[in-house]
Amino acid sequence: MNKLQNNKAWLFVLPVFALVAFNAIIPLMTVVNYSVQETFGNNEFFWAGVIWFQDILQSERFHASLGRQAIFTASILAIEMPLGVAIALTMPRKGPWVSVCLVLMALPLLIPWNVVGAMWNIFALPDIGFLGHMLNAIGFDFNFTRQPGDAWFTLILMDVWHWTSLVVLLAYAGLSSIPDAYYQAAKIDGAGSWAIFRYIQLPKLSRVLTIAFLLRFMDSFMIYTEPFVLTGGGPGNSTTLLSIDLVKIALGQFDLGPAAAMSLIYFLIILLLSWVFYTVMTRNEEQ
Amino acid sequence: MAKITLDDLRHAYGENPERPEDYALQQLDITFEDGGAYALLGPSGCGKTTLLNIISGLLTPSHGEVLFDDEDVTGLAPDQRHIAQVFQFPVVYDTMSVYDNLAFPLRNRGVPEADVDKKVREIAAMIDLEDTLMNRASGLTADGKQKISLGRGLVRSDVNVIMFDEPLTVIDPHLKWQLRSKLKELHQRVKRTMIYVTHDQTEALTFADKVVVMNVGEVVQIGTPVELFETPGHEFVGHFIGSPGMNILDCEVKGGQAFLHGQPIATSNAGALKDGAEGPLRLGVRPEFVSLSETDGIAADVVKVSDSGRYQIVETRVGDMPVKLLVNEGIEIPTGKTALSFRADRTRVYRDGWLVAGGAEA
Amino acid sequence: MNAKKTAGWLVPSLYILFLMLPIYWLINMSFKTTNEILGSFTLYPQEFTLDNYITIFTDPTWYMGYVNSIAYVTLNTAISVAVALPAAYAFSRYRFIGDKHLFFWLLTNRMAPPAVFALPFFQLYSAVGLFDTHIAVALAHTLFNIPLAVWILEGFMSGVPRELDETAYVDGHSFWSFFGKIFIPTIAAGIGVACFFCFMFSWVELLLAKTLTAVEAKPIAATMTKTASSSGYELGLLAAAGTLTIIPGAFVIYFVRNYIAKGFALGRV
Repeated sequence: MNKLQNNKAWLFVLPVFALVAFNAIIPLMTVVNYSVQETFGNNEFFWAGVIWFQDILQSERFHASLGRQAIFTASILAIEMPLGVAIALTMPRKGPWVSVCLVLMALPLLIPWNVVGAMWNIFALPDIGFLGHMLNAIGFDFNFTRQPGDAWFTLILMDVWHWTSLVVLLAYAGLSSIPDAYYQAAKIDGAGSWAIFRYIQLPKLSRVLTIAFLLRFMDSFMIYTEPFVLTGGGPGNSTTLLSIDLVKIALGQFDLGPAAAMSLIYFLIILLLSWVFYTVMTRNEEQ
Repeated sequence: MAKITLDDLRHAYGENPERPEDYALQQLDITFEDGGAYALLGPSGCGKTTLLNIISGLLTPSHGEVLFDDEDVTGLAPDQRHIAQVFQFPVVYDTMSVYDNLAFPLRNRGVPEADVDKKVREIAAMIDLEDTLMNRASGLTADGKQKISLGRGLVRSDVNVIMFDEPLTVIDPHLKWQLRSKLKELHQRVKRTMIYVTHDQTEALTFADKVVVMNVGEVVQIGTPVELFETPGHEFVGHFIGSPGMNILDCEVKGGQAFLHGQPIATSNAGALKDGAEGPLRLGVRPEFVSLSETDGIAADVVKVSDSGRYQIVETRVGDMPVKLLVNEGIEIPTGKTALSFRADRTRVYRDGWLVAGGAEA
Repeated sequence: MNAKKTAGWLVPSLYILFLMLPIYWLINMSFKTTNEILGSFTLYPQEFTLDNYITIFTDPTWYMGYVNSIAYVTLNTAISVAVALPAAYAFSRYRFIGDKHLFFWLLTNRMAPPAVFALPFFQLYSAVGLFDTHIAVALAHTLFNIPLAVWILEGFMSGVPRELDETAYVDGHSFWSFFGKIFIPTIAAGIGVACFFCFMFSWVELLLAKTLTAVEAKPIAATMTKTASSSGYELGLLAAAGTLTIIPGAFVIYFVRNYIAKGFALGRV
């Protein structure tokens, strides 16, 4: 669509700009400010330069958290994206059950994150939780509060439970907006179900899947509450993801300088990766 | 290549149809001759798309049979019927090149790549797409995309019939004419059976050798464009085809003589009608066959004269019934009272909408 | 064909079963006594009790948590969508200085981890005297909800041809009468979806909500974490409180159920 040049449009954007600027710029300045200063308490600050940034970038603790974060995000994307698309594909297009299905599927998305954590804690407890009890009953030695492997299993299963529906809903919406004529044409052209998926459904879904992928990437990279309530980052540090680590440093140890430097690095990583993914995923569209 | 026969066909979308109103498609028998160019013409909701989908196999009719040559294909899926279809909105495979789009139906059927290449290039030349073969199909304009849709049907040698469902809907007006003549030209070249669904009389009449006119789920007439114009088999055909449409006037018939507004009028078929026939009787005459006559004729009042470019459209009134007629440019139209004469061999009586059979046909 | 039809309900059914199990377990726990929870593994409550719910509905520190949460979530949804509407209109219809940068900058805020902003937010809202108020949480959540609402609404609005605007002006509508009477009803589905997402992300967020409140505006989710740590491990009470937090979400989904299939495609696919 051709847009009109009109600088008065700024007036429409002004309230949004003012609100977001208030929320984003002032706190961000605070963080930048802390990140370059040293404090010994008593509200006295000294110039520290880029020392905190160097510290964080070289710290093994940060590398470990970042590594865990990368593994977590990569795992849940690798499971949720294909699974969500697969479920959306098998769902019926019409009929009274469709909206029942959609409503039930959307339910986990609207449960407060700490309740999700608490719910999965109760669900996975080895003695009284359904999942933990059943796994132990069929011969697994399952205890997510003690064994890092089990903690990771529970954490990823929880995220799959929590968020796959977002991919399903977006993919389903994308699928239902494909006109029938495409399927009819493909039938007439003798296309099999794989060809229909590859040449009709997948291309038509590319936009909603880009949105789903970016949302899942960002949100999983920022995840804090659910793993904090479920495992508290443990056992040990085995499930300490970036946000949990950051809050430990900032609010637990009150190391404002390193915490602020880490915040900025963290934010920049998400920005950079989102930009890279977005560019790569939309490159085909622009050609 | 095949002759298509629809035998005692009916279709209802709901379960357990009982009354005629339950049917989206009333009982019909049609034969489409091999290699013919046909059009299904009618207003939206008349059942023409339903009929098209039954022929293509996207719908299974609730009664009757679809025969391709003499083989019953009623139960077969679209891909087993060897048909091709061009849809209202262009369907192209966005991620593929034009070439791959055209090759798609052949590759799906396991045709060797060398034959695919030969066929695709041949068809691309036919539909003027050889220069854009390697472009992404999504970048083409709407008419280019419709050509691809058509091309996917043309590449296959096994196609029994190519069907078009309002294919010009999204084409720019100035390109419609071009694409329409291209279609006509292609039909003459490939001699495949083509069925063209439209609500636009110009498209139907210019494309088809034979037009099937439909209204509320019913076939009202099948005929050549000339037949539809000169001998409408139903008031609807007279009214729907032609611009302006046929005059349809209440009348009476006594002893084989028709009376319009109490005045006797010569018709071609009133003699075939017995007295006391049921159903409303009406007179149908196209504006082209009505003329002004100063001496004798049916008394009328001139209400309005408008100019359509090639001729003048004169609106008159006989009693309270409007009658339109066409008069050549440059002829003075009287105001107020005048008289009309109707060409007897083109003036016909319709009973309950349908042309009364018999009489002296022209 | 039969195998395909079976998969058509089998896969979604299994998935829904998987989704419902933990929720069932939570509800199951909420009707059990603490003794039964800790004492044995039971698939359904043996000694069915409503005590947990009675505690929540009679103790103001519990039920006020719900009131607080719903208050700031509603406030946030209203603010976010109200300011996002004109902004999204501007982005979808006009080019203006810095439009692309502004749009991108807005979206970057959707990528800001709440953990990064928790401490600065605490200081900022304390400094302006809004600490522990509903409006503080509502405003803080606009950080990620406004960008999302602008993004969603812009998508829907770009799907509406500009001829609609022009026809309305020709018909003699002023801008605001066009916007209110014609344009907003046209993109009602988009507004529904935007409200849904704003409600969702504000309702489920806890870190910022907890950081910005102490007593007066404390969200139910924070009440739960406090209770879990302070008064021992009262799992039944926790489960009952958790069960009750699912209800508002279920309501909201019920209202947008008709938009879900098409509306979630976010306007243009």
